Amino acid sequence: MSSVSRPGGAAFNAVRLAFAALAVAFLLLPLVAILPLAFTDSVFLVYPISGPSLRWFGALAESQAWTRAIVNSLIIGSGATVVATVVGTLAALGLRRELLPFSGLLRSVFLLPMVVPAVVLGVGMQILYARMGLASSYLGVIIAHAVLCVPFVLVNVASALASIDPALERAAASLGASPVKVFRGVTLPLAMPGILTGAVFAFATSLDEVVITLFVAGPNQTTLARQMFSSLRENISPAIAAAAFIIMILTFALLLAVKGASLLQGLRKKQRVQPSEA
Amino acid sequence: MRDLDPFIHFEAISKVFGTVTVVDALDFHVARGEFVSLLGPSGSGKTTLLMMLAGFEAPSGGRIHVDGRRVEHLPPYKREMGVVFQNYALFPHMTIAENVGFPLKMRGVARAEREAKVKRALDLVRLRHLADRRPSQLSGGQQQRIALSRALVYEPKVVLMDEPLSALDKQLREHMQLEIRALHRELGLTVIFVTHDQGEALTMSDRVAVLNRGKIEQFDTPSGLYDRPRTRFVAEFIGETNLLAGRVAQRQGEAATVVLASGGSVTCDRAGPFETDSEVMVSVRPEMLHLVPDAAAPNALPVTVEDHVYHGDHIRLHLAFGESRLVARAGRRDAAPPIGSTAFASFAPGDCALVAP
Ligand SMILES: Nc1ncnc2c1ncn2[C@@H]1O[C@H](COP(=O)(O)OP(=O)(O)OP(=O)(O)O)[C@@H](O)[C@H]1O
Ligand SMILES: [Mg+2]
Repeated sequence: MSSVSRPGGAAFNAVRLAFAALAVAFLLLPLVAILPLAFTDSVFLVYPISGPSLRWFGALAESQAWTRAIVNSLIIGSGATVVATVVGTLAALGLRRELLPFSGLLRSVFLLPMVVPAVVLGVGMQILYARMGLASSYLGVIIAHAVLCVPFVLVNVASALASIDPALERAAASLGASPVKVFRGVTLPLAMPGILTGAVFAFATSLDEVVITLFVAGPNQTTLARQMFSSLRENISPAIAAAAFIIMILTFALLLAVKGASLLQGLRKKQRVQPSEA
Repeated sequence: MRDLDPFIHFEAISKVFGTVTVVDALDFHVARGEFVSLLGPSGSGKTTLLMMLAGFEAPSGGRIHVDGRRVEHLPPYKREMGVVFQNYALFPHMTIAENVGFPLKMRGVARAEREAKVKRALDLVRLRHLADRRPSQLSGGQQQRIALSRALVYEPKVVLMDEPLSALDKQLREHMQLEIRALHRELGLTVIFVTHDQGEALTMSDRVAVLNRGKIEQFDTPSGLYDRPRTRFVAEFIGETNLLAGRVAQRQGEAATVVLASGGSVTCDRAGPFETDSEVMVSVRPEMLHLVPDAAAPNALPVTVEDHVYHGDHIRLHLAFGESRLVARAGRRDAAPPIGSTAFASFAPGDCALVAP
């Protein structure tokens, strides 16, 4: 409304729209470029596509290396998500009231994996794991991924916690809730959307992580992303496009699940409201 | 009689934040079933005092007794006080019924009993039909009533309210004032009510504690505060008043004769603690000041009419008395003297109070 009433508002709006369209195109075009290739009939990863076919999905399913990689990604992704969600949520809770000395510094430490080059982290972990006997183990890869994922959980949960009105927790306490009950009954449910979003980010991050995996994972823990990376060097076949498609589907499914859950919750609310209005 | 049952007793209670004393060694008590307001300007320490009673702030010194027990060491959830917050603080992820049932659930009340009590508490505020809604689907006034019903459902010893009506529009606020008063009477509640709206404090309370910079200026009934202010702050903060500077010339028992700085002298029936020769202010409410034609009336001050302003139900006369300006309130049927005319403003010796300058 206000932009319409401004002089030159229409022109400004057009520019904004064009800019938004460009940004979306920039983000989505790589996907548009690779995904159709998953359905090619040819043995080369090139356009034009020859006839839609599922042969490369079939090839993935038949290849032990690829199926193993998919299973590994699911195992490691789930493990890393659980660890990172728990650690990141606890960290966000601990840093919430800035009660600890140096809580600003501590927060930065938790966020460090987001800015430290993955190569540096990878080398460090490889050395550390060799000493601790964690090299080439699932646990090792899960922990390594979790370290990378914690910042995403921390940031999401912290912002969810920050948006909780402190009066709500005071009210709960004054109404007879012990600190544990305040947490379970008020803080946790109100932070849940942030925790779930953080978990999705964590899973997506683990799914797509290559660099650290190269350093800490053995041949048994080859993940989907890692497998794509190495097969890219060996032979560039459309199987990679098919694998990319699978990663995309996994990520979207997760996002949809979270969205669906919150939608469902909203729907339930509405249903509960209706009887009183009748 | 009330003083014999000090249900809530603040004893030399203080709160210091850093170097600032926000609540300064307060001593007062509240009787069982009493409705007490804490009234004062912003920053006078009202919320801090309430939060110390509710357990959210630890006193820097002093003691708080509730029903004969010291409570300073108890966490909020063990104090059994119903707190109504300014912005209601309803849990957004629960239905109205779940909100009201929350304190019962925390106390392990069985489901059937809980539901019955929630229904009764919702009936109390006449909102049972909203039981299944979410707080976000309610209007401000409805949320306020739910917050109230949630604070009452477990029959707490005391109900504390921190400016509970300040977010409502005027009409709704007045309606809620009556509703809260009615609940107070019906349920025999002990209520401590924070407000910075003096009208609200006067209409709702049995007694009002006027706070100023962490100290109680006067703790009195509404009429006591209005008719017999003991300090200049109270005289000016509660309602409107005319202050005349002067010096006590003579005491006659309770009464005193005051020589005014602007000339003339007046007598006042309640001189309070002021001795002969002390500097004082004579406080006269505008509605106690009457215009009369001759100087024979008691406490007649020669004035010039500067203006009259129509206010619907009354007329305000602005008067010049020497250097000072006075305001008188006249009925709408009173003949307003013409602007510029001279007359005498008079008040009965019983209708004034002496306060320190
Ligand atoms: N946690 C705190 N730390 C430091 N100073 C505080 C704190 N809480 C309150 N104060 C100060 O104490 C004084 C009294 O605050 P309080 O909230 O009790 O006032 P109030 O009478 O409730 O005012 P209002 O009408 O604005 O709500 C204010 O000057 C405030 O700045
Ligand atoms: Mg306050």
